[in-house]
Amino acid sequence: MAKYLLLKHYRGAPAAVNDVPMDRWTPEELAAHVQYMRDFADRLVESGEYVDSRALSPEGTFVRYDGEGRPPVTDGPFAETKDLIAGWMLIDVESYDRALELAAELSAAPGAGGEPVREWLEVRPLLSDAPADAE
Amino acid sequence: MDDSLLRILTPEVIGVLVRRGADFAGAEDAVQESLAEAVRVWPDDPPRDPKGWLITVAWRRFLDAARADASRRHREARVEEEPPPVPGPAVDDTLQLYFLCAHPSLTPASAVALTLRAVGGLTTRQIARAYLVPEATMAQRISRAKRIVSGVRFDRPGDLATVLRVLYLVFNEGYSGEVDLAAEAIRLTRRLAAMTRHEEVAGLLALMLLHHARRPARTAADGNLVPLAEQDRGLWDTRLIAEGVDILQAALARDRLGEFQAQAAIAALHADARTAEETDWVQIVEWYDELVRLTGSPVARLNRAVALGEADGPRAGLAALAELDPALPRHTAAAAYLHERAGDLVTAARLYAEAAGEAPNPAERDHLTRQAARLRERAG
Repeated sequence: MAKYLLLKHYRGAPAAVNDVPMDRWTPEELAAHVQYMRDFADRLVESGEYVDSRALSPEGTFVRYDGEGRPPVTDGPFAETKDLIAGWMLIDVESYDRALELAAELSAAPGAGGEPVREWLEVRPLLSDAPADAE
Repeated sequence: MDDSLLRILTPEVIGVLVRRGADFAGAEDAVQESLAEAVRVWPDDPPRDPKGWLITVAWRRFLDAARADASRRHREARVEEEPPPVPGPAVDDTLQLYFLCAHPSLTPASAVALTLRAVGGLTTRQIARAYLVPEATMAQRISRAKRIVSGVRFDRPGDLATVLRVLYLVFNEGYSGEVDLAAEAIRLTRRLAAMTRHEEVAGLLALMLLHHARRPARTAADGNLVPLAEQDRGLWDTRLIAEGVDILQAALARDRLGEFQAQAAIAALHADARTAEETDWVQIVEWYDELVRLTGSPVARLNRAVALGEADGPRAGLAALAELDPALPRHTAAAAYLHERAGDLVTAARLYAEAAGEAPNPAERDHLTRQAARLRERAG
């Protein structure tokens, strides 16, 4: 098994096929979308492939160290930041192909007009924890 | 409470229940419940016959569940109150469980989870933690696996090769957190080796022992990976090495070579060298030839190329490497190493940095990055 992170972007991914912003969806469309995500996660628990999923606030702050005894420097949010992560789902699956299949299923969540959003999700493999002893 | 006795008894008790007519999934659930009960009760009230105690409690749990199930379905319980007296040999039952849990119809991950629970006696929670997934996910993985094997006959001989693959997968997981999976894999393989005389079971056990013997030397105090050539061989566990070599020699003497024996032979040759310089690379290349013949594995070919680089010089190693698919895992790392041995530090540094970007785990990535940095410094 290998773990993959499915990343959903607010910004930074290519435009979705059904690219209507969420704030213009009807309440029913929003509810259907949320239900789809819940059912999807439930199915992954059932299939033994679910690890974790969280949504992130669009508001974030950049922070860095600023020397001994000084408070951290903060900055942002930067309007020009190209990439903004909206949330993630962590899955544990048998193969890379299975990870792609699940990401595609997630991307089919219904949006405006009840049609699949078909947004682009990013699939990133996690590095494993088990180092081999090469000889 | 030391749970090792419970874990040894787990597969035996499941076997007894199945012999009495319980289905595997029901028996497995009932035995897990009896284990939890034992953990609660035994510290204050230790039983005189632990196995008998577990069988009694597990059988009662099984009957309760079967009755509840039957009444839910408005059907009559078909299970007898009094178990038929079929005391089968525990060894056969346990062996059958190994086969069932590693049944070829299961995916490797499902087989691993089921083996750890039904044969290893680990709880779902422990297995979930070892594999860093939520308990609910692991519980589903296990119950799906049980459903898949529910129709498999318990009394037929199974496929030993898949059992060995599953145990090797568990071993390679190493240890993260509370469960030492490598040690657990050794325990389960040891037990399997005591039940069968198959040469490859012995070969796998020897391989595990020889690798495990090097574990104390594999990681530096700062957590960094230490490659074989740089390991402090004084830290190797000589007792495990001696045991591994004995088991391997007995298996090889029976003259039925297999891939695990060949891999163990390579590990034994490394173990035999008091310093890295004393390594018998010519023999190691010969064993890799056997391994390639037995498996055709591209990974074996890659390792053979590196060994050839030591036996016949880096140019020979690079020539062998050039015949292999560059997309193979660790191909770039092997090329970097052989270029360094050949004295081409600039190329080696570039390849090490590239290999770091392709590394499958952080320990290797960091190691390869350090190699690149070291060579850049030397090459100036």
